[in-house]
Amino acid sequence: MSEILVVVEQNDGTVKKVTLELLTLAASLGSPSAVWLGPGYSDTAAATLTEYGADKIYVSDSGELADYVVAPKAETIAAIMADVTPGAILIASTAEGKEIAGRLAIKTTSGVITDAVAVAADFTATQSVFGGSTIVSSAVTTGTPIITVRPNSTAPQVKPGAGTRVDVAATVSDAAKGAKVTGRTVAQKGGRPELAEAAIVVSGGRGVNGAEGFGVIEALADSLGAAVGASRAATDAGWYPHQFQVGQTGKTVSPQLYIANGISGAIQHRAGMQTSKTVVVVNKDPEAPIFELADFGVVGDLFSVVPQLTEEIEKRKA
Amino acid sequence: MKIAVCVKQVPDTWAEKKLRADDSTLDREAADGVMNELDEYAVEEALRLIEAHGGEVTVVTMGPERAAETVRKALSMGADAGVHLVDDSLHGSDALATSYALAEVLAARSFDLVIFGSESTDARMSVVPAMVAERLGVPQVTFAQKVEVDGTLVKIERQTEYGYDDVEASLPAVVSVVEKINEPRYPSFKGIMAAKKKPVETLSTADAGLDAAKLGSSASWTVVSAFASRPPKAAGTVVSDEGTGGEQIVQFLTEQKFV
Ligand SMILES: Cc1cc2nc3c(=O)[nH]c(=O)nc-3n(C[C@H](O)[C@H](O)[C@H](O)COP(=O)(O)OP(=O)(O)OC[C@H]3O[C@@H](n4cnc5c(N)ncnc54)[C@H](O)[C@@H]3O)c2cc1C
Repeated sequence: MSEILVVVEQNDGTVKKVTLELLTLAASLGSPSAVWLGPGYSDTAAATLTEYGADKIYVSDSGELADYVVAPKAETIAAIMADVTPGAILIASTAEGKEIAGRLAIKTTSGVITDAVAVAADFTATQSVFGGSTIVSSAVTTGTPIITVRPNSTAPQVKPGAGTRVDVAATVSDAAKGAKVTGRTVAQKGGRPELAEAAIVVSGGRGVNGAEGFGVIEALADSLGAAVGASRAATDAGWYPHQFQVGQTGKTVSPQLYIANGISGAIQHRAGMQTSKTVVVVNKDPEAPIFELADFGVVGDLFSVVPQLTEEIEKRKA
Repeated sequence: MKIAVCVKQVPDTWAEKKLRADDSTLDREAADGVMNELDEYAVEEALRLIEAHGGEVTVVTMGPERAAETVRKALSMGADAGVHLVDDSLHGSDALATSYALAEVLAARSFDLVIFGSESTDARMSVVPAMVAERLGVPQVTFAQKVEVDGTLVKIERQTEYGYDDVEASLPAVVSVVEKINEPRYPSFKGIMAAKKKPVETLSTADAGLDAAKLGSSASWTVVSAFASRPPKAAGTVVSDEGTGGEQIVQFLTEQKFV
């Protein structure tokens, strides 16, 4: 059985849910090998990766992997690939994940497929394109399939692997150190689930009418254990931080449930949420295009509908 | 400073996009072509940098004949010159082939800065800028929400999952920009008139010295094996709020087992 490399996504040393999903997917394709890139590797991380199926864990924990943009990561994965000839590489479909995939494809003369929502045993990938209107099956014909997979594509399953640690000897070349990270600004994170990975997303747009208005959106999100999202109109106005923007130039989300409040449904917004399984809409304009996506919609003022909704959910939980 | 801006003509943002039945490529005839929105931000940023530091902006595009409209648009915004790579053999090129062709054209002209939009609205892969940086062997400073040039350094704020990173690199470098960076200008009447007289170099792949074996569908390292339209979503239930809208949503969420 060939090795399937899964590039680990982590945040301050904590393995992200999408990585567990990719390990589960990898187990259906071969023998999962996690690839840890950057500082912060710990026994806890090793235990999590092993629990979700990693037979091997390649560890390269040099600080340089985090100090320079993308190139060192692509280079390190290429070095591992030269040694082990994996069956495929799976990477989370984030902005950076896709860049790593792109550079790796050139380094290793391999085809790359981005934004897959499923990968079959023969490595054929399924993509949902043009805002979800078209389903495409594609395959890599040259080199090793490099596939970036959207979060929430697979349910992660506990299935312990061998978890053997393999230290990666490769060092970062000077050529890969062109773009140096000199500072890092982390906007507030809060205790909510991560937007791209959340099972439920509650979003607010221009209709929320101000930073204070996001209070009702957050209250609803908290009653459902959901992440909060925002349209560009809301992030541009400074009502909510940009990293919560959903859409073409924000995050792509694919949750079980997406609740859009005071959002008109511009194409750039839809591009980031159109593959949500169930969509609920609250908007006072019955003509708003977002209603085309609604499984259930209420034409009304969000400031009366949303608090009532939150209160009713809290009641049922009690 | 010499800046290149790579722009792409894409089907109008609102147009329904379809794949062609014969070769599974995007049907570009079916809709009006427009400049990829994010590329307008790239052109704008280049113009602002030139206004601040002096220099020249060249727009570079690869695409069918009518993509010349997109070059004109950038020229009418204020870019100085255009390069249009057009050849039947380019049809069906994937991101790898596209990055190869662009990198060759760019390398032959030695720019200090190459600026891209961070994504195209049609393919949405967001990989070409990183690939071009890889091919040119120059630093990649992508997903910029702010760009500054300071002597021989380019400094950006790179959008990340959690906020942004300050990133610094020496010129020459490849930049991609996000829409937060600026507000693109509209071409003025004067700009539109002036654009008609600006030089546009039209290149075939042979003129550009490209290896035909690395271009077009046959050179792609991926293949589309099948595609299908997803059946349009069945219309959902929409009700008017008569004072119980919130409760009705809970009812729905309960049926769907979310609550
Ligand atoms: C290059 C580019 C990239 C972009 N990327 C993104 C992106 O990533 N994400 C994104 O979201 N947008 C993006 N946009 C912007 C997009 O085009 C829209 O402008 C934006 O999505 C509009 O946000 P909105 O729906 O909140 O605001 P609007 O379109 O103004 O809609 C507000 C809605 O709220 C409703 N409303 C108002 N008050 C109430 C109330 N009290 N109760 C209920 N409903 C109410 C109104 O009926 C209206 O439908 C991008 C645009 C460009 C050009």
